[in-house]
Order: sequence, then structure tokens, then C-alpha cells
Amino acid sequence: MNQFPKGLKGRSDQTFIGLLFVFIVFLILGNTYAAEGSAFHFSSFTLSVWGKYLCYGVLAISLNMLWGYTGLLCLGQCLFFALGGYAFGMYLMLMIGEDPVYHTTLPDFMDFMGMSKLPSYWKPFYNPVVAILAAAIVPGFVGFIFGVLAFRSRIKGVYFSILTQALTYAAALLFFRNEFGFGGNNGFTDFKFILGADIRDESTARWLFAASGVLLAAVYWLISWMLQTKFGKVQQAIRDSENRVRFSGYSTTHFKVFIFALSGMIAGLAGALYVPQAGIINPSEMWPTKGLDIVVWVAVGGRGTKIGPIIGALVVNFIKSWATRAHPESWLIILGALFIFVVLFMPNGIVGLWYQIKDYIRNIKNKTTPDKAAVEGA
Amino acid sequence: MSSPTLFKSWPPPFLACLVTLLLLPFSHLQAADDSETRQILVDVVLGNDEERAACFELLSNKSDRIIETVVAAWRGGEISTVSQSGGEEFIVLIKSADNEYRKLLDGSVFSPSSEPKINRPSRSLRKKLRRIVTLIQLNTPNLEDRISAAERLGMSQNPEYVSILEQKMAQQNDSRAKDAFLVSLSISKLKNGSKEECLEAIRNLGELKSFAARDFLEETKLEYSEKEDPEEILAAIQAALMKIDEHQRFVDWGGTLLRGLSLGSVLLLVSYGLAITFGQMGVINMAHGEFIAIGGYTTYWIQNTFAAKYGETSSAFGWYFVAALPCSFLAAAIAGAILEKGLIQFLYKRPLESLLATWGVSMVLQQVFRLKFGAANVAVSSPEWLSGSYHLAGVSMSYNRLLLIGCALLLIVVTWLLMNKTNWGLHVRATMQNRQMASNLGVPSGRVNMLTFAFGSGLAGLAGAFISQIGNVGPAMGNTYIVDSFMVVVVGGVGNLFGAAISSFGIGVIDQSLQPLFGPVMGKITVLFMIIIFLQFKPGGLFPSRSRSLDD
Repeated sequence: MNQFPKGLKGRSDQTFIGLLFVFIVFLILGNTYAAEGSAFHFSSFTLSVWGKYLCYGVLAISLNMLWGYTGLLCLGQCLFFALGGYAFGMYLMLMIGEDPVYHTTLPDFMDFMGMSKLPSYWKPFYNPVVAILAAAIVPGFVGFIFGVLAFRSRIKGVYFSILTQALTYAAALLFFRNEFGFGGNNGFTDFKFILGADIRDESTARWLFAASGVLLAAVYWLISWMLQTKFGKVQQAIRDSENRVRFSGYSTTHFKVFIFALSGMIAGLAGALYVPQAGIINPSEMWPTKGLDIVVWVAVGGRGTKIGPIIGALVVNFIKSWATRAHPESWLIILGALFIFVVLFMPNGIVGLWYQIKDYIRNIKNKTTPDKAAVEGA
Repeated sequence: MSSPTLFKSWPPPFLACLVTLLLLPFSHLQAADDSETRQILVDVVLGNDEERAACFELLSNKSDRIIETVVAAWRGGEISTVSQSGGEEFIVLIKSADNEYRKLLDGSVFSPSSEPKINRPSRSLRKKLRRIVTLIQLNTPNLEDRISAAERLGMSQNPEYVSILEQKMAQQNDSRAKDAFLVSLSISKLKNGSKEECLEAIRNLGELKSFAARDFLEETKLEYSEKEDPEEILAAIQAALMKIDEHQRFVDWGGTLLRGLSLGSVLLLVSYGLAITFGQMGVINMAHGEFIAIGGYTTYWIQNTFAAKYGETSSAFGWYFVAALPCSFLAAAIAGAILEKGLIQFLYKRPLESLLATWGVSMVLQQVFRLKFGAANVAVSSPEWLSGSYHLAGVSMSYNRLLLIGCALLLIVVTWLLMNKTNWGLHVRATMQNRQMASNLGVPSGRVNMLTFAFGSGLAGLAGAFISQIGNVGPAMGNTYIVDSFMVVVVGGVGNLFGAAISSFGIGVIDQSLQPLFGPVMGKITVLFMIIIFLQFKPGGLFPSRSRSLDD
């Protein structure tokens, strides 16, 4: 049943990472040296947009790890992303310094809430290393706890999906509350400094973009490597038939919990890099619809392929940013129609399109056995 | 008026003037039935003290609005007299907002030939007038207004009103009104009566479990604890307070239960549709929430159609909701049938992908609603016959919530009958258990699937019609209920309709009982976490489906 297009193996990994590297260097050089107005000039804004898309790519990979390779459809990946974003956002909030309205060093929403002292759990976040570690560990921990609870009682399939959505919904409601202490509706914004540099500087935009690219390459490499190990084989076996794996003596629960937590950590790191480039993090980032968006990226790109999710994240977001500008009234209709089309006619996504066309042509050629091909394909 | 009270000058003069000015242009509309009252009022203005006393006696049994209007106008210097063609006969005029004069006698416009003379009531007359205005409120035919007037009089604890309240109480036929008058009278007597009367009043208040009396009882307790020999009174007050508090707890509990049940009924309507499409057919329909919106908007559209055809004040308009119920069901069912034929029938083997495709449908539909009806919520009014409420032992239950609960219960029965007693239900169950096998045995599985899906979607539309009465109708109205409804289905046990019924009422009641403790948002979060914990112990829900298949 789960027949994923083979290919993009071996050397193609190195090709992809190489191309990514060339792309990053090209944009950065264009931003630094090319004259403004020339075809090779890329503004800092363009860089931060691409940086955000690369973070989305990492996020899509983290979901593909669950859905494409382990068969766990998580509708709450946006929660991990936002948790990572909030963790790093706490550091950025503390770096703002004295705000002009209240004249305190507290984040402005705390002044607004009438607090006079920084809560103790905020204090470690003066250290950027702690913030980045927290951006990975907090989502990982949430994933671990939820994973243990869900997988130990063998919740799977659509039940698992719905529970992750409920978890995300509950968390979003919690973060929307001012009393929860993370800025409520407005979240964190108006960042000024990151690691001592001005966040609006061109050079800051460059190295944030570079860091996003490096993270994407690193995560891509990690997944490729994991898929070749014995661990990766078990992971895919769980996707194809969990019961057979369990009967073979593997504790599938442990595998799934580990993958779920790891995927949460990766999503958290993507969120941490996303926030300084987007300049804002608020609870709408973890609203359940965002979680479905990520699923759509992976589906459009091609789930269960290494490169598919990245392509999906980029393509969908480009279409989204084009449609919101060109057709502000009906862009949701365009996007919705795209998903329906992809699901109905491109079950393996963009990456699988080539194989789909090849199969189709072969079927036309061998008209004698079309039925057999159809049965195999089902 | 001797004692200083909160309601000493009710209504406040400026408010009364305002009301007068607003009402004047319309006063001629109701001229037909208050001509007698108008005649008496003219006599009051023109008469001497003795005549006035007789008129007041007459007026105290009237309830026409014109009395208040005229009294306020009189005190505001808006009443004037002009002699008719220079003779002894005087015409009483009211000056309206646009400086027009109207005859008091019949409300017709009158342009005086000479400048009218402003007539002002004397100080003692004003007092009497104010008393009349207060008293006539006890005569209003509207039950709610009469009760609130009696309560106001009682709470003023003015000794003047004791005898009037007693007299009027005897005239009340409705038991609620009678109780309200007795409460008012007792509260009044707490302060003004003798010790024996006071004791009886306390007992009465305890029997009637009046919440309004609580503060007055506390006050009396303080007052009497300083007097000599207070034991008897204090003990009586203590007993009455205990009764009232107990009743308060009961009413709170009843209110919570009712709100919980009505939330549960909404969840039931929404989740029964899901339990059928998701539980029985294995399709995750993310557009289910938009079917709710289709129901809501259908109700809105029918309301507007009725308003355009019959007018919003006509009695026929009130019946729009009756027409809206089947229409909402049909509209959503047709939409569901189209969705099943056009999209979902290709995805039965890929449940997770039906989730994605229907998510796309949901986005498209939401945007279509926005373009068609605007991004803001639309207003759906409750029909008159649904806007009242029924009082049972002090718990007020609004009719639309009662209707909602009734419909939910009816739905359980109807669905059970459909599923278990009809040929169609047999086909549905066969198809759900094994689509291939049922099809081989001659069940028209294609049509069964379409009808089942349409039925489930129609239920969502029905839920939308009900939500329009107790919540908002807007493009994203489905989002509010969809996550909860999925939880209901999972908790109930997927594929088990009875489980869905139990879990929706359970979740509704738990949600509403937690809200007073934690607030609405934290209450909801607590419920969601409770569900996650619950699934630890019963992963298959309340009624797990039993099967020998490994992958179920």
C-alpha cells in the first residue's frame, strides 16, 4: 500500500546540500556586493523572506519524519515550532532593554500586567545559549510526555491526529491568555538586538539567513543518515506494519516516542530561527489551522521523500504570497482548490509527479495489461 | 415620602423627560384605547383638590402609559392650558419636542390662537403624582413589569406602600406575581412592621427563598441584635438565611446542569454527524464545521426572506425558525452529498488524505461565506415564542435551550430507529463493517455511502440552525465546535452512536461545571487535558468497538 517513489538516493543527497550551499552563498553575495537595482541584488527583506521559507522547510522535514517515515500524522507540529519560537523570543524580549513607555527593563507586556519583577523562570533566558537549548528541549519534552501518554496506550492513526490537534488547541488557548505570562494575544514583538547586533542590520539578516540554510542542510543530512541506519529501517517498518514490527520483538512505543520527541526538537529549532527573521511570535502561530498547513506542505511536496517536504513548503508558501497579493479576496479559494487537486490527482506530490507521468505513459504503451497495472497501483 | 431610599424619585426626572420626548410623537398611535384615562388626566389638570382626589382614586387602577408621560410632562413644565375661543372651557395641551402642541384629550395636533399658559403642579401635588406613577406600575398587564414594580416598591421599604401592596396582592391571579408581591410586602414589613409581623415576614421570606431578601435579612439581623430580647427573631432569620442559601446552591446547580445539557446538545448534534461520517465511514471530514455554518447561514437567509415577505413585527415572522430547521438540514445534506460524490468517494482507501482534501474544501467554503455574507458575524434574531423562559423551582430555563435539548433527545431516538429498524440502516451498518462484502451481496454501497454522508452533514446543518439561536453565525463558526466534536467522538468510542451521545452530554456538563471555577478558557483547557488523560485508561473510548482484526 505504501509505495513511495524510489530514487533521489546516494549521491543526490550531496547534490542537494551542494545546491543549497550555492544558493545561500549566491544570495548573500548578491545582498552584499551587487549594486542596488541590478538583477543580482537581493534586499535584506528578500533574504529574511527566504530565511523564513528555509525554516518552514525544516519544519516540513520534521513533520515528514513523523508522517512520511513513521506513519504518525501529527496535526500539532505548529505547537513545537511556536514553543521553540517563544523560547528564543524570551531571549529577544530581554535584549530589548528599557522601553520608552514604562521605563523599565521588563518586557512591556509585564509592565502592562502590572508586574514589577522578572519571574524567576525568565532569568536564565538572558543567556542566548540557554534560549537556544530551551528552544529544542522544551518542545522535545512536551513531545516526549505526550508521546509516552499517547503511544503507551496505543493511540494511533486518526485518533493520534485528533489528539495532537486537541493538544495544540488547548495550548493555543492557554497562550492567548494574558495571565499565562507570554504576552497573550500580542505575543512577543519589537525585538531590537540579537547577540549584541542590531536586529534590523543587513549583516544580521545575512547571517540569520545563513544559519537557516545551515540548519536545513544539517537536518536534511541527519534524516538521510538516520534512514540508512537500522533505526531508520525499523522506523519505516513501523509505518508499513506496526504489528509485525512489534511481533518481531521491537518495542515500537519506544521508537515512536523517540521520533516524536526528536521531531519536536527539530521543529522547535526551526521556530527559534524563524522568530528573529519574522520579528514576531504570537499564539496564532500555534492555532490548529497552522498545523494543517504544514501537513499540506508535506502532501504537496510528496510525503515520504527526503526532498519533497522542502519543495512543498517553498512552493505552497510562494503560491500563498503570490495569491495574497494578486487575489487578496480569493486566495484561500485558490489554496483550497490546490490541496483538493493535489490529493485527488497527485497522491505522491510534486516529487512523485515524474514517476506518475512515467507510469501513465507506460500504461498507454502496454495497453494489453492496463488492469494489472491499476491493481498494482492501488 | 419620609424615609430616604434608593428609589425615592423613580423614574429620575431627566430620564422621564427623555422618555416623554421620545414617546410624544408616537402618543397618538395608542389614542384609541386610553381615551378614558386621557379624560381623567384632563380633569386632574383642570380640577380642584377634591376633584383631583377622586381622579387619583380612579387613576390608581389604570395602567396606561399616557399617565407616566403626562406626569413627567407636567413636572417638566410641558403642560399648558389655553382657553377655548375666549370662553371658560380650557383645552389642555402637551408641548412636544418640535414645539408643537397636542391636545391631551385625543393627541391631535393643535395650533393655539393665543399663547398657551404653562400649568405647573404644586409641591404637594407633585408628591401625589409621583405616588400615582409608582402605583400604576403595579397594574401593568405585563407580568414581568408588574413583578419588577412590586419588587421596587418592596425594596424601598416605604411604610406608605404596605397597605397598597397588601391590597394589590389579593388581586393577583398568577402564582409568581403573588409570590413577588408577598416577598415585597415581607421585605417592607421587616422594617415597618411590629415584632410579630416581622417574625411572620421572616418566615415567609424563608419559605419563598427570596434571593432579593438576603441583604435585608442581614440588615434586620444587625438591627435586632442591638435591641432587647432578640433571640426569637435572630433564630428565625438564621433559619430563613439557611433556606435561602440552600436554594441558591440548588439554583446554581440547576443552571449549570441546564447550560451543560444545552452545550451537550449542541455537541451531540455536531458530533452525531461526525460519529456517522468519521466513526462509521472512516472519513475525517474537516469541512464538517463548515456544514454547521451552512446551516447557520440558511437560517439567516430564511429569516431575511420571512422578514421581507411578512415584515419583522408580524406573527408569521416568528415561524421562520420552524421553516429554517428542515431547510438547514436539507441545505447541508445536499452539500454533503455533493462533497461525497465529487471528492470523498475516491478517498475511502486513504482516510488521512480525505482529511487533507476536506481541509481544502473547508478553506474554500469559509472564503465563499466571507465573500457572500461578509467577514463579520450576521445577526439572527430569536423568534418571539422562543425568547422567553420557563421557571421551575427558581431555575430559569430559556425556551430555546429547552427546545435544543428536546431536539437532541429526539435525534437520538430517530437515529437509533433509522439505524436499527430500517432497511437503509441495515445497509449502512453492513457497508461500514465491510464495504467490499456488502457490495458483493448486493448492497448499493455507492448510494448508501452518499446518503449516509448526506445524513451526517445534514445533522451538522441542523446544529448550525440551533447555534444561530444561542451563539454567533459567522464564516468561522464551525471552528469553535469542530475540535470539541472530534473529542466527543473519540471519547464516546468511534463508531458508537450511543457512546457519542453519552460523551457529548458528559463533556458539556463537565465543561459548564468547570467554567465557574476556572473561567471559560481554563475550563476548556482542563476538559481537553482530562480527555487526554481519560484516553490513557480507555484508549478505545467509553464503548470501544470490538473486533478480531489487528489493525482496527
